[in-house]
Order: sequence, then C-alpha cells, then structure tokens
Amino acid sequence: MLDLRQYTCLGAALRDALDRFASEICLIEADRDREKVRLTYSDFKETALPLTRALEDADFDPGDRAAIIMTNQSKWLISAYSIFYCGGILVPLDYKLTAHEHLQLLAHSKAKVLFVEYHLWRAITQAPDFHAIKTKIVLVTEVPLGADLAGAFRWEDFKRKGAPDFVMRQKDDVACIVYSSGTAGRPKGCVLTHENYLEQCRSLTAWYPFWPGVRYLSILPTNHAIDFMVGFIGPFVCGACVVHLRTLRPDFVRDAFVRYRITYVSLVPMILKNLERGLRAKFDELPAWKRFFLNRMIAINKLLTRRRPKVRLSRTLLGGVHRGFGGELLALITGGAFMEPSTMQFFYDLGIPVVNGYGLTEAGTALTLNDLKPFRADTVGKPLPGVELRILNPDGEGIGEVAARSKTIMSHYLDDAELTLETIVDGWLLTGDLGRFDGRGHLQLFGRKKNMIVTEGGKNIYPEDIETAFDGLPVKEYCIFAANYVWPQKELAHEMLLLVLRLDQNQQFDSKLLAEIDSRNRTLPDFKRVGAYLIWGRDFPRTASMKIKRQILAEEIGKTGERKAAVTL
Amino acid sequence: MPTANQTLDEILNLAAAHFKVPREKLNADDDFFKALGVDSLQTLDLLTRLEHHFHVELPDYELQGVTDFRTLAGRIQARL
Repeated sequence: MLDLRQYTCLGAALRDALDRFASEICLIEADRDREKVRLTYSDFKETALPLTRALEDADFDPGDRAAIIMTNQSKWLISAYSIFYCGGILVPLDYKLTAHEHLQLLAHSKAKVLFVEYHLWRAITQAPDFHAIKTKIVLVTEVPLGADLAGAFRWEDFKRKGAPDFVMRQKDDVACIVYSSGTAGRPKGCVLTHENYLEQCRSLTAWYPFWPGVRYLSILPTNHAIDFMVGFIGPFVCGACVVHLRTLRPDFVRDAFVRYRITYVSLVPMILKNLERGLRAKFDELPAWKRFFLNRMIAINKLLTRRRPKVRLSRTLLGGVHRGFGGELLALITGGAFMEPSTMQFFYDLGIPVVNGYGLTEAGTALTLNDLKPFRADTVGKPLPGVELRILNPDGEGIGEVAARSKTIMSHYLDDAELTLETIVDGWLLTGDLGRFDGRGHLQLFGRKKNMIVTEGGKNIYPEDIETAFDGLPVKEYCIFAANYVWPQKELAHEMLLLVLRLDQNQQFDSKLLAEIDSRNRTLPDFKRVGAYLIWGRDFPRTASMKIKRQILAEEIGKTGERKAAVTL
Repeated sequence: MPTANQTLDEILNLAAAHFKVPREKLNADDDFFKALGVDSLQTLDLLTRLEHHFHVELPDYELQGVTDFRTLAGRIQARL
C-alpha cells in the first residue's frame, strides 16, 4: 500500500494509486447476473481525467463544493476522484432522502456541482421547491434517450480533452462535508479534513490491510462513512478491487459472494440477520445425518478457533458453508448500528470472523474495532491506533459517556459554531453514547445519552426530523422521542420512536385519530416510522419562545409514565 | 396481458405463499411491512419472486417509498 504519511491530501494519494496499481482491477459493477463495468486503475484514470478537465473548464475551483447523490456504482467513485483532483470539497448525500431533503441539503452545503442518477434527478426536478435550487452544474447518469434534463448535462458527455491541473491540498483543508442527521431539525454537516481521512485510513489498514487481489463487496451506501473509507479510499490506496452491485436483493448479493470470490464486506445488522436466516433455513432442510455431521464440524471449529480465527482450517472443516460465500471470505465487517451478539457468534462459529466496531460520522469512520485476538461478540472492540477514549462521569458500574480524541475527529459542524462547541470540548468529541471498558481494554456500549435511534439498517434517526410528518395532527400537542431516551435501558437493543400525544380538553382518543396517525406514519419510509404512541395527561413544558423543553418532558414521562403504557402502532 | 386487478390478485397470492400468511388476511391497501411483518430486505426478496413470476425487471428504486400492494401492482403492471 501507499505510505500515507507522505501525503497531505486524498487527491494526491489516489492519483499515485492509479499509477502505481495501473494494471490491477479496481472496480467491478454488476447488475443481477450481468457485469456492466470492469475497470483497471489505468482505465479509471482515463475515464476520470476528461471529466476533471471539463469541471475545471466550467470554473469548478479549489474549495468549491460538489455533491453526489448516487447509489453505489463506478461513477460515484470516478466523480469523487475528479472533485478531489480539482481541490474541491465532496458532499456525499444519502440517496434515500426525499427530493425535498436533497434540495435542503444542497442549499445548506452550497454545492456548486451535483452528480446524480437520473431517477433521483427526476424526483428533485418535480419537488415543489426545485425552482430555488442554486446548484450551477448538474451531471446526470443513466439518462434514458430523449429524457428532459431540466438544464442538466449527461455525465457521460461532460468531458474535455487535455490534461487537467492537479490541485494539491493541505492536511487541514476540508475534504468532505458529511451529513450525520436529517434536515427538519438542525442539519449536522460534519466537516472532515484530508488529515481526518488519511489518519483513519492508516489506522484501519494497520489492523485490516487490503492488497492487490482483495475484492471488497460494497453494499453499504458509499455516502456513509464506513463504505466511503472501506469501499473506496482504503482499497484504492492498497491496489484492491471494489465490487458494486446495482441491486441489493439478497439473492443477488449471495450470488456476488461466489461469483467475485469476495474477501471482505461491510454489513449492517439487517443484512447480516438476513444472511443468518437464509443459512439457518438451509441447515434446517438438511437430512438428519447431514445436520448431525454439520453440528459436529461446527463444534470442532468452535473449539479450535477459540483463541483466534483459523480461516484455512475452518474452510476445510466447513467447506460447504464457505463455498457458499465464495471460499475466500476473510471477514465480515460490521458497525453503524447495534449488532446482536448471537448473530455474530453464529458466523464466527462457522469460521467466518465478524469484525464489530464502533464509530460515528463526527469521528471519521471508526473509533474502535475488534482485533479478533480473540473474537468477542459482546464488545465493540478496542480503540484503533491513534484513538484515545475515556468514560466521562462513570456511575457505580463504570458506565458513562464515551469521549474520543484522535486525528480522525471532524473539524466542526458546518455553519453551527454553537453545536460544535457543545460537541467538541477541549479537543474531546462527546459521542452521546454510554459505555465502559472491561478489564481487557474492550469497549462495551450501554445505550445513548442523546435523543436518537440507530436502525438495524444503520440509519441515524432524530425524532425532530420525523415530527413534520405529523404536522396538523388533530390533538392539542405532540412530540416524538426515542423510547430509550425517555426510559433509559442500558442497552442498545429495542430502539423505537415514541409519539407522545396531549389531547384537547374533552377529546377522546378514537379510531379516527388512530387511523390518522397510522396514515401519517405510512408517509414515512419504513425505517423512520413511529413504533408506539403514548397519551400524556399534562401540557408540555415550553420555553418563552414556545419550543418544547424536550429533555424536561422526557424526564417527566420517564419518572411518572411507564413504558408498558405505550401502545404499539 | 393480465388486467390490473389480476396482477394485484396474483401479487397478494404470491406474498401470502412466500411469507406463509393466510391469503384472506391480506388486502390491496395494506402496508405490507406491517401485514407481512417483514423488513425492507425481505420485501426485496419478494420483489425477486415477483420479477420471475411476471417476467419483468424492476430496479430497486422503483420500490422505494412503495408500502402497499396496490401501488406495487401498479409498478409491475406498467412494465408488463
């Protein structure tokens, strides 16, 4: 891999990687069983440079911002490289947000350029607030013949001849603005520097290196911190290959493991559980004697891999299972949300190590990771090289808020000095997560101090962002909380959003109101829906400017209301 | 080509069989996450079965925001 200590910016490291690993395959893109793209590092460079030159000619200057709204695909990475080559700042946006939310974040980030897929661009152009868009250049991929682009350009046609000028950036220059929460509340644009990413890449690859020949399956959205690092920067500076799938149907994901002999993949709990369900169903279909034999092999593997993984041995003992994953899988990397220990143990017992970690966008990618010496399903691992963690105000059990200090911690929140001051105190990032260290230096998490949930799909959901879906609900007042914020659980499981209702005087909760709540809830994507409601008998405490005092209300409900009084929707 | 109602009916039959839910418990306007008790990945699994059955290809984004059987049937019918 490249020696990242020699670099001051991502653009320079990537540029050298494209030359150093010129003949290696860097990207494969498949749609169902059809392979659409296969690029060497040299091909990647040849595709990116004419785009970069066109960007420069269109006055995309160093320090300008460019957003990407795309599903995982080769053009995502090529566009990102072009942005860095010009000295620009990348704003990766979540493609699952609504068109209205995309417009809000484009405005908040002041993106001058937008790279976007056609179906997403079409939705943006149809949004009521589209006329207010200030983004000057829009490059659209996968445009059907004859489609109206509303002033945008086709990505494939936006190129110019001639070598572009490479713009060197310094370590403390901004590389990316990554949004860690929604839009209705307070957009949290994490401003991350080139140093943040270079340091993160160094610490991750120190424990889990990539090399030419490694194939990384990129399933988590590339706009997410994990995939951006482990599915782009990390593999590229090491000459490895990234595999993109245009459909994430479980059937095709399973096929991809085998077809591309995947080495590493990062997953969120929902996908890992789906794989577990599929495997368990297959095991259940086995004849009794085969099942008996399998169970014996699992037991032997478990015994022999107690201290550390022995992947070759496991592949011999449990060949059938490993062939189902392509036969070359070294580890499943998980993070971004709470993972059931039993699911991780299930895979480890089959000889497939699960590397669990913990991080947040504000901290780059990961703060801790399991080093598999030995495998632990009950922790999120140890601090990565260069990361200092401490537990603030620990209680009698040693549990307190996790604070982090590292060169990977973001510079600040975009245009929000107040929130930055609350979040980074004396150089320490206050994570809002509750944890403690065990005797072996592993971090264990026990819930959150902050009013938010993280779904099994790895999405951070802030209740304030959901409330607009209930605007005009015929009640006196309402408020949404993370249930574990109201009733702290000292665990990260069973996270749910709770709708607290204060009815009007003499108002009864009836089937009409329930239907209205249900219908509002259904306007939200499934992972953002409220899970239960609670009728509250007192007026909400409010500030002089009539804002709900959320923390005080949550404490009141937590003290006097019971969780079991909440009715599941 | 099947009518829109036939397509809808076939989807409900396939969903009931795939997720082992009594057919009579499923209605066209049901939220399928709730009616079937499934997550978004499991609905993608169902989509693959439906593609095979109807011999169409639906990109993942066609399902984004779709939560009821009737809308899903409409998306499939448009590609038949």
